[in-house]
Amino acid sequence: MAGVKFEQAMARLEAIVAELEKGDLPLDESLRIFEEGIRLSKNCLKVLEEAERKIEVLVQDTNGKKHLRAFSSDGDERRDSDADV
Amino acid sequence: MKEDVTSRTRSFPSPGDSPSRRVFTVSELTGLVRASLEADFSEVWLEGEISNLRAPGSGHLYCTLKDDSSQMRAVIFRSAALRLRFGLEDGLHVVARGRVTVYEPRGEYQVVLEYVEPKGRGAQQVAFEQLKTRLAAEGLFDLDRKRPLPVFPRTVGIVTSLSGAAVRDMMTVLHRRCPVLRIIIAPVSVQGEDSAEQITSAIRSLNAVGRVDVMIVGRGGGSSEDLWSFNDERVVRAIAASPIPVVSAVGHETDVTLADFVADLRAPTPSAAAEAVAPVLSEVVDRLGELTARSRLAMSRRCEADRQQLDLIVTRIANVRYRVLEDIQQVDGAVAHMRRAVQGLLRQRWDKAHSFKHELIGNSPDGQVRQGLTLVPQLGSRLVQVMRYGLNRRTQSAQACLVNLHTLSPLGILDRGYSILESVSSHRVIRDACDVVMGEEVLARLAKGQLRCVVTNVMPDGSKAGSASL
Repeated sequence: MAGVKFEQAMARLEAIVAELEKGDLPLDESLRIFEEGIRLSKNCLKVLEEAERKIEVLVQDTNGKKHLRAFSSDGDERRDSDADV
Repeated sequence: MKEDVTSRTRSFPSPGDSPSRRVFTVSELTGLVRASLEADFSEVWLEGEISNLRAPGSGHLYCTLKDDSSQMRAVIFRSAALRLRFGLEDGLHVVARGRVTVYEPRGEYQVVLEYVEPKGRGAQQVAFEQLKTRLAAEGLFDLDRKRPLPVFPRTVGIVTSLSGAAVRDMMTVLHRRCPVLRIIIAPVSVQGEDSAEQITSAIRSLNAVGRVDVMIVGRGGGSSEDLWSFNDERVVRAIAASPIPVVSAVGHETDVTLADFVADLRAPTPSAAAEAVAPVLSEVVDRLGELTARSRLAMSRRCEADRQQLDLIVTRIANVRYRVLEDIQQVDGAVAHMRRAVQGLLRQRWDKAHSFKHELIGNSPDGQVRQGLTLVPQLGSRLVQVMRYGLNRRTQSAQACLVNLHTLSPLGILDRGYSILESVSSHRVIRDACDVVMGEEVLARLAKGQLRCVVTNVMPDGSKAGSASL
């Protein structure tokens, strides 16, 4: 799931920054994880920038099978049903 | 007076009775008692405490209803038992409606209950508490069952009604915090007949979609009755079994439903649930920027520190290099010096050797050898000569000695006519006449042969006869 990957990427990025700020690693190791960190932050930023809002409704057709349908705007739904629960 | 049995009864069928004594069998009397009770107590309301509850496999329930001073057997037949909306337990105080009858085989009277409800509380309430206890005992409400919500969900599922404020509130909050969040709504009736079934099915369906990271199950406020489907056992079990973490938002501060107990997080309102679930996008972006900047800074600082160290080392190496150059120069000088000295020494040795060579050549044994070669034969012949001469000389000398020897030899003397006289007895040579006596035997060695003689006369020197003989 994309959510889990993003979360893992952010966690790894946090860990990398902590390591770099500690400054204990040898130079080639530092360079390696620095590059990894930059890659991760670029990817995460890309995910956020390309993310699109998407709202769907899970409906059940006559056969009993479920599928997703795009959600019509909030305005429409409000007009459809007057009953407040 | 005799008792008139028949006048004391009201409705015994005793056809053709005489006012004589009527004798019943046990069964007959039991039957009569039964009929009487059933007639008088065909419908009664009864309250008491349940004890000795037995539920054999038949589906009928047997127990004793009692109070402080009395008790009565009770039975609830299967059809009525199925209609019970709560569980019967020993110690439970109930109010029930039923009819009294007699179980003839044992002659026991009992009440057959058609309807039972808990005394003092609604059946629903009792059922609820019994369910809650049972589920809690299974550990479904345990704190360590609750999972943490994902920090950065990509897709949020919502089980709620499409009508009403709850869904709009949630959408608003979600959009405000994280406009790029993906939302899947599983619409359900949040109260009424099918509600629990629909909610259960919706939770399962959202899990089946496969990309939902977290789920909200909720509704707006309402009465206790309105919220009741969220107390349904099926809903609770569906939430417990959901691999996706569930936030419950069954909109009341005071009314806590079983769904709230079992969920991974309970939110007081649907809006609060949306806040719990969605990260603030701007904060995430800022955090990302901050992490990137920090890692760049840390890296450049690190490089700077390393570069300074490197410069230091380079300077030190340059110093060392300079010293090494000096040393090399020294070594070169020493080597040159040594080369010269060695060359000088070599030349000396060479010259010496050369002069030795000349001397050697000069003193070559060659000439000597040549000299020797001529000399040696000469010496050889001289040696032979000398040897011969020597030999000759010695031979002559030996011969001369031999002659002398021969001359001096007593045997030679004998040749000249002399003889050696020797005493036979003493083997001594006789030189003096006085050495022998008359008649002694003597031996005379002549030049040729020997004579054994006897002395006839001894004539020492000075006597006439002696001197004359010589």
